[in-house]
Amino acid sequence: MSLLAVSNLAKRYRRGGKPFAAVDDISFEIGPAETLALAGPSGSGKSTIAKLVLRLIEPDAGRIDFEGGDFLALSGAALRTRRARLQMVFQDPLAAFNPRATVARVLDDPLRIYNIASRAERPRRIAALLERVGLDTSLAARAIHEISGGQRQRVAIARAIATRPSLIVLDEAVSALDVSVRGQILELLLDLQRQERIAYLFISHDLGVIRAVAHRVVILDAGRIAESGDARAVIADPQSAVGKALVAATPKLVRTSQDAS
Amino acid sequence: MSRLHRFFRTPEAIAGALILALLVAMALAAPLLFPGDPQAIAGPALLPPFQDWSLPLGTDRLGRDVLAELFHGARTSLAVGLAAAAAALLIGAAVGTLAGFASGLLDEVLMRVTDAFQTVPSFLLALAFVSIVGPSLGVVVAAIALSAWTGPARVARAEVLSIRERDYVAGARIIGMHPLEIAFREVLPNALPPVLALSSVIVAAAILTEAALSFLGLGDPNRVTWGGMIAEGRTVLRTAPFLSIVPGVALVLTVLGVYLAGEGVVESTAVRRSLS
Repeated sequence: MSLLAVSNLAKRYRRGGKPFAAVDDISFEIGPAETLALAGPSGSGKSTIAKLVLRLIEPDAGRIDFEGGDFLALSGAALRTRRARLQMVFQDPLAAFNPRATVARVLDDPLRIYNIASRAERPRRIAALLERVGLDTSLAARAIHEISGGQRQRVAIARAIATRPSLIVLDEAVSALDVSVRGQILELLLDLQRQERIAYLFISHDLGVIRAVAHRVVILDAGRIAESGDARAVIADPQSAVGKALVAATPKLVRTSQDAS
Repeated sequence: MSRLHRFFRTPEAIAGALILALLVAMALAAPLLFPGDPQAIAGPALLPPFQDWSLPLGTDRLGRDVLAELFHGARTSLAVGLAAAAAALLIGAAVGTLAGFASGLLDEVLMRVTDAFQTVPSFLLALAFVSIVGPSLGVVVAAIALSAWTGPARVARAEVLSIRERDYVAGARIIGMHPLEIAFREVLPNALPPVLALSSVIVAAAILTEAALSFLGLGDPNRVTWGGMIAEGRTVLRTAPFLSIVPGVALVLTVLGVYLAGEGVVESTAVRRSLS
């Protein structure tokens, strides 16, 4: 059974007075411990889909089923409770945290809100979370702006896993990181997936990264699905024009395909 | 460089801080230096200043010690100015945050109420409020706050409208934070700096409004106020002008000090912004 099933999702915006479809009749499924990548050029609707799935914005049409229930039917306290199972990591780890927060406060919030640990127990849980994402526990007292970008993204991942979610939306989560840090973060994500059986909705424009971590890929173009399938297969031999353009725009992949031929 | 160090770099800030420090010292020292009732008769009526050194600034029409009145008046001015500004900022920030964060109907209602308050001349509003409810220190504070909260509300709303689109607010929603907690714990503290920049203007305006209300006889009759002293001296303006000049100068210096110190704070934060 699928963990997340999105069917016929649509969202229209008005741009310069004219309505245009940011997301148009999108359907996909994600199974437990699976990584589905959403790829596509800028403006193809990737981030809008992420926001719709997280209910940060409301769709105009369509259905979202999460863990066997109608996710769009939830509101208020019921929605907040369900959100523990569906988390997100943002692209810019600096913008994703309150500029006044410390690392400890960022991790304390979900533990407090969901009553996961008592007040006395929380410092230990925070330390355990920091260790789980490969950070030194002494970092807890630091302000968010005092730590490096890679450390910040690890904190963001620690916050996302604090509530033991079954699905994490990663919206360009490694795009802002430099190459060496990116590899480490991807390793951490894969390790978490193996250990905790977390599924990822992995949004990226970087097909190299997608090929390394995703099981399946959906390629979007102007709010519609251009093609989808097994990540390696699609990237090795894209059928759609957008897919071909994305592969061509990834220099390393072009060279490897030439090497293979 | 520390924030304090940066603050004391400009001469305006130093002058403002000195004046405010003097005012606070006067207010705190008043019950120690002049323990009796400042409204009690202390000597002959209309004694000019610098004649009798036990009454350095002379006496008023009823023989009350002007210096004692000045010190006790500083307490009233400071208390009313700070309390009214604090109340105005508190109400304004809360209303602005709610309006900006809730949007939709609640935003409309709150902002139309703000409009309504803003279209009534603020001094008339305070005047009407005090004459209906009756003059006492609390009522005067409420009356001034009632007409001063709209500015902070507008600034807070504008800040909140920009902050609520940031990723960390979305992040707070995703970890299931209650909307009210998001508004007041995540958004409001980050929206405050420009709102607080208004505080010096509001404190100065509050001190002046309080003086004007007292001048019109609508101050708390049980407290000495500078506005009341000026009103009292007005009747003998030609024979004893010092009775109006002394509290008048005190009022001018106080408002000036508040403005200059506020300017210094804005200046020091502006430097920090341009450096970062």
